[in-house]
Amino acid sequence: MADVILENVYKRFGDFTAVEDFNLHINNEEFMVFVGPSGCGKTTTLRMIAGLEDISQGNIKIGDRVVNDVPPKDRDIAMVFQNYALYPHMSVYQNMSFGLRLRKTPKDEIDKRVKEAAAILQIEELLDRRPRELSGGQRQRVALGRAIVRKPKVFLMDEPLSNLDAKLRVEMRAQISKLHQSLGVTTIYVTHDQVEAMTMGTRIVVMKDGLIQQVDSPINLYDKPVNKFVGGFMGSPAMNFLTGTVKDGILTSEHFSVTPDAALKEKLKPYNGKKVFVGVRPEDLFLVGETEIPEENHSVKSIVEVVEPLGAETVIIASVGSDQIVARLDPHAQVKAGDKVTLIADPEKVQAFDLDSETNIRFT
Amino acid sequence: MTKHKLWRFLFYFLITAAAIVFLIPVYLVLITSLKDPGAINLNSTWQLPKVWYWQSFAEAWDLLAPKFVNSLILTVSATLLSAFFGSMNGYILSKWRFPGANIIFPLMLFGMFIPYQSILIPLFKFLRDTGLYGGLPGLILVHVVYGLPITTLIFRNFYAEIPDDMLEAAKVDGASFFGIYSKIIFPLSISGFVVVIIWQFTQVWNEFLFAVVLTKNNSQPITVALAQLAGGEAVKWNLPMAGAILTALPTLLVYIVLGRYFIRGLLAGSIKG
Repeated sequence: MADVILENVYKRFGDFTAVEDFNLHINNEEFMVFVGPSGCGKTTTLRMIAGLEDISQGNIKIGDRVVNDVPPKDRDIAMVFQNYALYPHMSVYQNMSFGLRLRKTPKDEIDKRVKEAAAILQIEELLDRRPRELSGGQRQRVALGRAIVRKPKVFLMDEPLSNLDAKLRVEMRAQISKLHQSLGVTTIYVTHDQVEAMTMGTRIVVMKDGLIQQVDSPINLYDKPVNKFVGGFMGSPAMNFLTGTVKDGILTSEHFSVTPDAALKEKLKPYNGKKVFVGVRPEDLFLVGETEIPEENHSVKSIVEVVEPLGAETVIIASVGSDQIVARLDPHAQVKAGDKVTLIADPEKVQAFDLDSETNIRFT
Repeated sequence: MTKHKLWRFLFYFLITAAAIVFLIPVYLVLITSLKDPGAINLNSTWQLPKVWYWQSFAEAWDLLAPKFVNSLILTVSATLLSAFFGSMNGYILSKWRFPGANIIFPLMLFGMFIPYQSILIPLFKFLRDTGLYGGLPGLILVHVVYGLPITTLIFRNFYAEIPDDMLEAAKVDGASFFGIYSKIIFPLSISGFVVVIIWQFTQVWNEFLFAVVLTKNNSQPITVALAQLAGGEAVKWNLPMAGAILTALPTLLVYIVLGRYFIRGLLAGSIKG
């Protein structure tokens, strides 16, 4: 159990900077998720913490110890890989005990730990099998087991669920979360899937182009994205973005006119007469009659293009001028493709982003 | 007969004919080795022996036996050494990329294309100067070095199929450079070793030029002795024929025993495990 601290960490490959000035304090027992599109540097950062990649500059600490030059085996970490990376010529038992055997752990201690881990992961009956005789989900459990038996200070997981099918992924997601709760080991988890990030993380690091965009709890990231990228990346369906002009605190265009709450109005003062990105999440749009917010001054005029009744809600895709927006409506909403509808935006949830820097004006 | 059946018949006819053509020399070697020396003449070359004469094999064996042992020592040592070093080279070149690897590897492969004859004289001088000329160790060294390009190439391509993740998992688990080799890479490359061993065994066992130039009498391998069997005037043809069969046996045996792994090894990677 340990804190993991990254101070001004850089990773350069020739002229290309993969990770830039990365600063982060991961607390003991925390479940930290690195999320971002491919190529954002999240896996590189994880590999630097593992010691599989040298760092070009900065410091990495595990516990009280600077581990910049410590080889992976001496960092007291265990890693779970995307494609499981099981040793094909060894049985499940041998796979799980490999690290312990290399460390000359006594036989009965190895046996105890392997059986314990197998019980937690419900793979006791698979211990004599070879990896090729296992299904994807079973292989991933074995890979987790191999990490657990080592009793490391930190778990590092590199997209461990991305090779599984959707149903199994949901199942394993819950299992990993449960595992973290019962073992309480500091965990760093890399994924490109924002749903995994939201559901599993204590805190989430959103990365883009080698830079940290925001570090926060799932709910804060969702409610208070610092910029347009984070707003668009977290959440599914994604946040809607429209371009509008600020007129006396009101966000307007040919097709919409939304009056934000007083807090944002205040922040928008310097932007009077300028263009900004207006961001609204799909669930913050309502049909007339679905909400008590008055239509006037909060309306977005749109034409429905696609209606997706999902049972629990109805999702519509609609055009606003030349842009498209998505709204999550009441499942019994009476709309059909081709309808002209007025959507009402929640003034407290509307975000505005600077056109150039794309920062969230509400939280600057 | 349908068109399909006709084609099928033609196909089998053609491959059978081809097989017969290829087997004619084997047939000749076999029947000649089993004829009484007095009964061998051009007129009856193609006929089966009237009396089966097994004596030639015993005679040939007496003459070849010491050289057979030489060949065995030479081939086993050179094969195992070149396979082991080739596997180490392949491991390093595929998994521990170092600066300059992209220059060194093609240079090593270049060695495959150097004809034996072109380096014969410098090689002879080198072995004489180092005191290795004339004996088996010198010849073993030559075959190990000459074998490295192909063994390195085979192992490098074989190891390229082993995912890096697996080695990184081993690194995190606590394995060292050699630990990864001995506990992960080596056990996974058995079929690679079979391919390399069959290949090298056949190459080294059958090789004649280096053998005849670089070894002296007592150290000569079997290929040289076989040439001498056929070398004199008024050759008794039954003897070299029997000798040829004896000489060919070990490589045949290796292929028969390991052959199914050979095919599997050549196909490695094409089918995911």
